[in-house]
Amino acid sequence: MATTFEAIAKIISETSDIPLEEITPEKNAFTDLGIDSLDFLDIAFAIDKQFGIKIPLEKWTEELNENNALVDEYFVLGKLCERVDEVIAAKDA
Amino acid sequence: MLLEYFQMIDSIEDLDPDNGKVIAQANVPMDSTVFEGHFPGSPLVPGVLLIETMAQASGFMLLSRLKFDRMPFLANVTSAKLRTFVEPGAILRIEAELEHDGSGFAKTRAQILSDGKKICDSELMFRTMPFPNDALKGHMLDRFNQISQSSTE
Repeated sequence: MATTFEAIAKIISETSDIPLEEITPEKNAFTDLGIDSLDFLDIAFAIDKQFGIKIPLEKWTEELNENNALVDEYFVLGKLCERVDEVIAAKDA
Repeated sequence: MLLEYFQMIDSIEDLDPDNGKVIAQANVPMDSTVFEGHFPGSPLVPGVLLIETMAQASGFMLLSRLKFDRMPFLANVTSAKLRTFVEPGAILRIEAELEHDGSGFAKTRAQILSDGKKICDSELMFRTMPFPNDALKGHMLDRFNQISQSSTE
């Protein structure tokens, strides 16, 4: 079974046309991979569908806008996968 | 339809916001300044306006689902197929269904039929955001009430 990172990397590669080998856990989706907010909606949609969850994008964005969080906490891919795992765990709890 | 004013939906025939479904109707006018250019001597509804029509049907369903707390803005059109020409006088049935209700976004699938024949279909992604002002919210509510009542008259 694919890890969360492997699954999300595949989604990013397919939705944003980025070679899989360029997608690594330390990369920031926006600043390193050049994904924009519209592309990220497609990625969020695909993650939601694949894992049967609703990732709280609005809450994350709100926290970023209010300077209560750093962009890396959500959008560096390793961190993103941790957040997604948290949402999956909360759903299964 | 008032093509010049982007009023694409004439009536909502059936609405089920909880299950994310809507059926609407649009009557293509016989005359419109749009037809003077698209195309001279051979009037056709522009394909982009058919996509807008699917987006508006989806949008009214989402507005109802969101209880007019937020506004859906069209963000992405995928897999759009414009299968047949639409001429003045056509009566269109627009069907839209929620594909996914995400956080700050929503995706629908929509299609338009005329005389039982599929005219076009597409997947549509919307950003759902707070209304930029009360005037727009008031306008959308008025328009929604207007087209909702049209189906019961």
